[in-house]
Amino acid sequence: MAFGRSSRKKPFVEPVTLKILVAGGFGVGKTTLVGAVSEIRPLRTEEILSEVGRPVDDLHGVESKTTTTVAMDFGRITLREDLVLYLFGTPGQDRFWFLWDELAQGALGAVVLADTRRLEDSFAAIDYFERRGIPFTVAVNCFEGAQRFPAESVRGALDLDPEVELLMCDARDRESVKNVLVAVVQHALVLADRSPAAVTT
Amino acid sequence: MSDEAERSRRGRDLTPGPHHWFDDEAGPVVRPYAMTRGRTSAATRHRLDLIAVVVPEPAADDPGRDQTLSPEHVEIVERCSEQPQSIAELAAGLDLPVGVVRVLVGDLVEDELVHVTRPVPPAELPDVSILREVINGLRAL
Repeated sequence: MAFGRSSRKKPFVEPVTLKILVAGGFGVGKTTLVGAVSEIRPLRTEEILSEVGRPVDDLHGVESKTTTTVAMDFGRITLREDLVLYLFGTPGQDRFWFLWDELAQGALGAVVLADTRRLEDSFAAIDYFERRGIPFTVAVNCFEGAQRFPAESVRGALDLDPEVELLMCDARDRESVKNVLVAVVQHALVLADRSPAAVTT
Repeated sequence: MSDEAERSRRGRDLTPGPHHWFDDEAGPVVRPYAMTRGRTSAATRHRLDLIAVVVPEPAADDPGRDQTLSPEHVEIVERCSEQPQSIAELAAGLDLPVGVVRVLVGDLVEDELVHVTRPVPPAELPDVSILREVINGLRAL
C-alpha cells in the first residue's frame, strides 16, 4: 500500500537522544533561547488535557471547556550522527507541573532562565529541580533596558546553593546560549562523577 | 475497520464537500482521539518518552502487509522511513497531540512495523563519557 517511498535497505543510525529542559517564567525568553541554538525552527508539541487534568485546572467561568491544550516548544541539536540533544521549553504555567515530571524523566539537566525584573517567576523552577536532584544552571537573560545586577546579589535573591552556576546570558545569542548549555552539562558531569549509581547506563 | 468503512472514509476525504469554511482556527475537524478510537494509552509496556526515536522495521517496507492501518499510522511510518524521528518531532510534524502519537506508535510497535529506541532510563544520568561528548559537541557548534 502506501510505503512506496521507503525503499532504502541501509540500516538506520539509531541515535542516542538526550534532553535539556529550559524552564522559567512566562515571557522570559525560553523559546528564544531554544531557537538561538536549535538547527530547526523551534517546533511545538501539544498535549490535550481533559478529564485527567481537571482537578488542577481552574475552570471557573469556563465550565463548558473540558479540554486544555498545553504547548511545549522544542529544538534539536545534532551533535553527531548518533548523538542528538533536544531542548524543551517547559510549559510556563504553574498548574502544568505534572507535565514537568514527564519532561524531567531522563533529562540530563535544566536551564532556569531568569529575568531580574521578575526573579520570583523562577523560584518555582529552582525549587523543582533542587528537590529532584536534577542538575541545573541559572541563566539571567539580560534584557535590554533592564537594570543589571551583580551576579552575587542575584544569587542571594535566588538563594542558590554554592555549586549551582549562575550566568548572565543573551537568549538571542548563539554563543551565549552555547555557554549556558555547556555549564549545565558540566554540572551534570560533576554530579555523575560523584554518584556511583550513574557509572553505567 | 472493514474495507468498506475504509473506502467510504477515504471517499469522503477526497470529495470537495461544502465545508471549505473550516480553517485552523475552527479547530480540528476530527477530534484527535478519534484517530486512536478513543484509546488514551498505548499497548506498549513503557510510556514512550518524547525523545524516544521511532525506527522502521524491515517489515515496514512490505507493501500491503497491513490493511488495518489508518492514514495517520501510514504517515508515521513514512516519515520515519525517510529519517527516524522522535515522538516529539512526529507530534509536531503531524500536528497531533503527543498522547495521540504515543498511541499510534504503540500500535505500530505492536504490529512490529517500527521499534522505538529507549532513551537514557529515567532516574539515571547518562554515562560520563556521553556527557563529555555532549560538551565537546556543543563547544564545536
